[in-house]
Amino acid sequence: MRIYATLIYLFLYAPIALIVGLSFNAGNQSMVWKGFSVAWYGKAFSNPLITEALGTSVTIGCLTALLSAIFGTMAALGLERTTGWVKALFEALIYIGILVPGIVIGISSLITFVTIFDLLNPMLEQVGLFRLQMGTWSIIATHVLFNIAVVALLVRARLQGMDRSLVEASEDLYATPLGTFRQIVLPALAPSILAGALLAFTFSFEDFIIAFFVAGPDVTLPIYVFSAIRRGVTPEINAVGTVVLMTSLVLLMVAQWVLQRGERKG
Amino acid sequence: MESNTRSPLVTGLLLAPAGIFFFFLLILPLVVMLVFSFGERGAAGGYVPAFTADNYLNLPARSKAFFNTLTLAPLGTLLTAIFAFPMAYFLAIKVPAKWRVVMLVLVMAPFWTSQLMRYYAWIMILGSKGIPSWLAWVGIADVRLLNTQTAVLIGAVYGFLPLMVPPIYVSLEKLDKRLLEASADLGATPWRTFWQITFPLALPGVATGSMLVFILLMGDYILPQYLGGGKVFFIGNALVDLFLQSRNWPYGAAVSITLVAIMFVTVFFYMRFVLGKTDQRRAALV
Repeated sequence: MRIYATLIYLFLYAPIALIVGLSFNAGNQSMVWKGFSVAWYGKAFSNPLITEALGTSVTIGCLTALLSAIFGTMAALGLERTTGWVKALFEALIYIGILVPGIVIGISSLITFVTIFDLLNPMLEQVGLFRLQMGTWSIIATHVLFNIAVVALLVRARLQGMDRSLVEASEDLYATPLGTFRQIVLPALAPSILAGALLAFTFSFEDFIIAFFVAGPDVTLPIYVFSAIRRGVTPEINAVGTVVLMTSLVLLMVAQWVLQRGERKG
Repeated sequence: MESNTRSPLVTGLLLAPAGIFFFFLLILPLVVMLVFSFGERGAAGGYVPAFTADNYLNLPARSKAFFNTLTLAPLGTLLTAIFAFPMAYFLAIKVPAKWRVVMLVLVMAPFWTSQLMRYYAWIMILGSKGIPSWLAWVGIADVRLLNTQTAVLIGAVYGFLPLMVPPIYVSLEKLDKRLLEASADLGATPWRTFWQITFPLALPGVATGSMLVFILLMGDYILPQYLGGGKVFFIGNALVDLFLQSRNWPYGAAVSITLVAIMFVTVFFYMRFVLGKTDQRRAALV
């Protein structure tokens, strides 16, 4: 059993270790080891295409995390206050949002954006305004859609497990609803909101398939990596990949830690 | 709860942003796609309004993509479940409680990291300079792994094991260990205890994990793209081709709608039969 578990961990982490290992390879042939070097990191981070794509991805990730944390939490709180068809509808939408595959979200958003732009742009041009086109904003919008669902599920789980007596006590002591929310509810929900935001950032930072369709002329880091792999890669990509893999692994561990600690406290 | 009686205006405002996102970026696009799927392809690609079922009638033109997806996705799911089960069992039953969560998180973590980079690593591992060259070294020459169904299946187990283990783990961890002791005390062999107690009680976890993995696997693009290399392709690859290369949007829309329909049927059966049955079983146990 123990051997089996070790093999599974090896199976899961060997490919990641391979990328990390090769990123420190001095040679420029991907599978031949020529000694230790950090040269590829220097190369990667002085490549303006890579730094620009990294900047775009970080911006998109941060805004996605922020917006989905806010809207997802609001949705979870709103859901607690509703019953009947509204509740059923929103629950269904949350699950549909999570279940519909990324590729379908990407494609259907693409054709919708293009259709709307074809309708609006001639009008906007006539009055001399800007032209609508896809770009960073459309990636953020589609990422937020998916992550609202994720945050809402996390926050809802916490909300349902919350100790109601504190809220009641606060109300009995004549706290305003907003006061109760700020002093009791929000601190209790904070771990799951933060974990949700971290997951949203990770998702957004890693997403290739949705951005692939709705990025317009903008290039995110996964889009850059995809085209670099298609062109035939330089070991630069291993350095970029190592940074990406480590960023998300660390964020994930932090998200888990925050959630666990929150549970123990609650 | 008291808050139910509070202002519906506040409730509405709380739900509004999510509602707007769901409407404009989920419902509207799906409706647009449904409308497109009954349209015709323009001369230069794109969409021309029409009302025809031709796109759906033409689905067999991409039957290879559907066939690959609908055979390899279930098979990949099954293999993932087979490899995940012992791991979940080990974590839930054998590992000391204080280490369990950490070890489970370690299993889950790779799923959240760059899919592109991880499958790129597998291109190197399965490619001619990887495992096949080691096999040639020990005398087994001319093994081709990359761009085969085997590669896609290995990739499926690799990619989705992190998602399959947690639900099985949860159902095994909830399992009352006294049931196992009782079974042993009554003279059952470990084998029999496993098949009569442990496995049936873990089934809901297996079903949940399988549904998740099956759905994600069916919609995958990177896995078949990288490890199938254009030879073993899924519906996702056909969709990218239809929307970005041949620009046949109405036909692509019909393929997407069909994919989504297959997923919803899967989820429906899961809810109907698996969730329904677990409730009954739970009721029977109580």
